[in-house]
Amino acid sequence: MTQAISPRQAFRHGARDAAPFTIVVVPFSVLFGVVGTEAGLNLAQVMGFSIGVIAGASQFAALQLMSENAPTLIVVASALAVNLRMAMYSAALSPHLGPASLGARALVAYMNVDQTYALSVQRYEAAPPLSTRAKVAFFFGTSLPIVPLWYAGTLLGALAGTAIPASWGLDFVVPLTFLAIIAPALRTRAHVGAALASVVAALSLACVPWNLGLLVAGVTGMIVGAEIERRTTPPGAAPRRPA
Amino acid sequence: MSYTDAQIWGIIALLGVGTFLIRFSFLGLVGDRELPEWLLRHLRYTAVAILPAMVAPLILWPEANDGDPDPARLAAAAVTIGVGIVLKNPILGIVAGFGTFMGLGALL
Repeated sequence: MTQAISPRQAFRHGARDAAPFTIVVVPFSVLFGVVGTEAGLNLAQVMGFSIGVIAGASQFAALQLMSENAPTLIVVASALAVNLRMAMYSAALSPHLGPASLGARALVAYMNVDQTYALSVQRYEAAPPLSTRAKVAFFFGTSLPIVPLWYAGTLLGALAGTAIPASWGLDFVVPLTFLAIIAPALRTRAHVGAALASVVAALSLACVPWNLGLLVAGVTGMIVGAEIERRTTPPGAAPRRPA
Repeated sequence: MSYTDAQIWGIIALLGVGTFLIRFSFLGLVGDRELPEWLLRHLRYTAVAILPAMVAPLILWPEANDGDPDPARLAAAAVTIGVGIVLKNPILGIVAGFGTFMGLGALL
């Protein structure tokens, strides 16, 4: 006879499944602390980003645009655009966590990052099934090795950053970080097409004021990616609809 | 960077609240409802659409080189992309790319 998995066990399983991701989380957070400090943010501000936002790519995006002195609204809009994919994560979690309390769902939303989302949805769809409380506990378990280390790594990097001379050219690490995030994500022709279209649009719109070309290029890339996907997905694979 | 402290905290606050609302959207406000397929299809490409747009001018026309293309930066970018695609490991990509940048910077 199978016994239901308790929230406590689910929490431990979540923490165990997320543990390997510390290898990615720590270097990225340290890097953000270092380059944030080098760019001119003080310790409280660097920590403000990592505690208030917890989203690596958008934190680096904000930092890059701030070092170019872009208007504040452009900084916010562009960095938020990077995070739009998380609406999809929220939608994927809601059928599982909808019955949980509002407080639990708010805390889940705060810690809803690439790794916690991916591990949790994967677990929720696997056997044996979890109760709602165990699902919430599993999610918090996956957050345990990730969120506190995101804060700690940023702090470490910010403290180290003050000791690193500007002549090291660390500002170039930020563009390299973006490339390193994009490259493994170029899985399909649609992803490659989206990236190429966005590059072409960004370069041809470079003279548009207030970095507005960036947002136009981003939307262009999304449309091109979605269109390639629509055209290359065989009709049989599309979700079936009532006639 | 030439922002006042208030502006910097304003950016942090807006980005923090906005990001939370994106993450909370369906969990908190909309509930158990399916997203339309066309919207999902566009959301899937947000990261690969925004980040390259931001990075392309930085690689091609770096300010540190007066806006002219710089062989060390181009090579570093190519190495980072190559390592990222082949090894699927962003950290190794950054290390290899920055190593290339420093190495070529010392040579050229």
